[in-house]
Amino acid sequence: MSKILEVQNLVKKFGDNYAIKNVSFSVNEGEVLAIIGSSGSGKSTVLRCINQLEKIDAGNIKICGDSMIKEIKTENKLPKKYDSKNKKVVYTDKETLNKMNLECGMVFQNFNLFPHLTVLENVTEAMIQVLKKSKDEADKEGTKILTRMGLEAKINQYPCNLSGGEQQRASIARTLAINPKIIFMDEPTSALDPELVGEVLKVVKQLASEKRTMVIVTHEIGFAREIADRVIFMSKGEIIEEGKPEEVIDNPKKERTKEFLQRYLK
Amino acid sequence: MDDFLNLLKILSEGLGTTLLIFILTLILGIPAGILVAIARNSKCKLVNLITKLYILIIRGTPMMLQIIFIYFAPYYLFNVTYDRFVAIIIAFVVNYAAYFAEIFRSGILSIPKGQKEAAFTLGFSKTQTFFRILLPQIVKRILPAMSNEVISLIKTTSLAQIIGITEIFALAQKQASYQFSILPLCVAGLMYLVLCTIITYAFNKAEKKYSYYTIT
Repeated sequence: MSKILEVQNLVKKFGDNYAIKNVSFSVNEGEVLAIIGSSGSGKSTVLRCINQLEKIDAGNIKICGDSMIKEIKTENKLPKKYDSKNKKVVYTDKETLNKMNLECGMVFQNFNLFPHLTVLENVTEAMIQVLKKSKDEADKEGTKILTRMGLEAKINQYPCNLSGGEQQRASIARTLAINPKIIFMDEPTSALDPELVGEVLKVVKQLASEKRTMVIVTHEIGFAREIADRVIFMSKGEIIEEGKPEEVIDNPKKERTKEFLQRYLK
Repeated sequence: MDDFLNLLKILSEGLGTTLLIFILTLILGIPAGILVAIARNSKCKLVNLITKLYILIIRGTPMMLQIIFIYFAPYYLFNVTYDRFVAIIIAFVVNYAAYFAEIFRSGILSIPKGQKEAAFTLGFSKTQTFFRILLPQIVKRILPAMSNEVISLIKTTSLAQIIGITEIFALAQKQASYQFSILPLCVAGLMYLVLCTIITYAFNKAEKKYSYYTIT
């Protein structure tokens, strides 16, 4: 099995605050990885770093073998205690970064659909502008994807006329449009009413059954157990526990994992 | 009634000048405003500082002073005179670009960060993101503020008379003292009112055009 994603010793600082402290993990092709953990544990930041929405401070991220970081440079020579401040990662060339960006799809917590475009246009815009497909081809393909998401009746509507669940399904469709090798979902159901969560989870399950490679940050512990091949529990910017769902969720070994899960499971 | 029609005819001679100042200020001032807005958001500290200073001076001094300065400064400093109309257009564009820029900037800042991020993860280039994703939303958001500014512009054209440009208001004042009557001013007021009504109507139309969606 080939590795789609490798995260190596990732460090991300916001000011003097370490949001991610030396995190490493990898995802194989066709695998679904769930990342759980309380708010502020750095789960979303990990996804944002992989999707190049945040610049990383140390470590490396590899997607389909391509490295995001070319080298680590020491800027100038200062006393050793300041050393970490002077080491700077150097990102690889733009072309590779663009390629890596297209291999990653991102689904946001609050959808971020384009409000001035119809549901279909939201899906086809990137096909036409980025992948340079013809409008007819894009429309045909977009309609097909939206039908799979159960949105065939909504394709000519604007996002503001859709329910939250429909909006999130449309945004998943939009991500599928660029046919990414790996899809990241950042708490895809957190902004939804409880009764709308089910329809989105159903769609995600459908993608998992198609052997799509996915990394899902979620608060739905039950869902994570059901869908994920592997679960990572994060706390305060570190990976505390990693393993199969039945290990991490049902029989956690670490105290912090137990504490966290107790709050979620009744 | 004859008085009224006669006045309307006389004042209409200034209408062309008023409209020309108005239209040229829009045509030149809007692109200039976009450039100023971009410069104001620039990461280069010097460009940023200069833009801030420019906006501060323009918004912080009376426009009447700016007009007189732009027309007379070359004369006092270098003994050079130039066309009044050119001077008034420069003064209006320089002044309104600063106000437009701040409106554009507010529009740019009001678009949620998520829109840019979503476009980025889908692989859109910066130019594509700006023109296809952000601009249509910015236009919708700044329409009410722009309508305010454009309405104020049509009335501010009356300041052109201070360097001797014959527009509606200059003619009205002349007629008022000549006829010893308040009627010319009322007719001029009516003309501005009609112009503002047309502008308001146009902006309402534009807002309606963009009302097919709401930004959440």
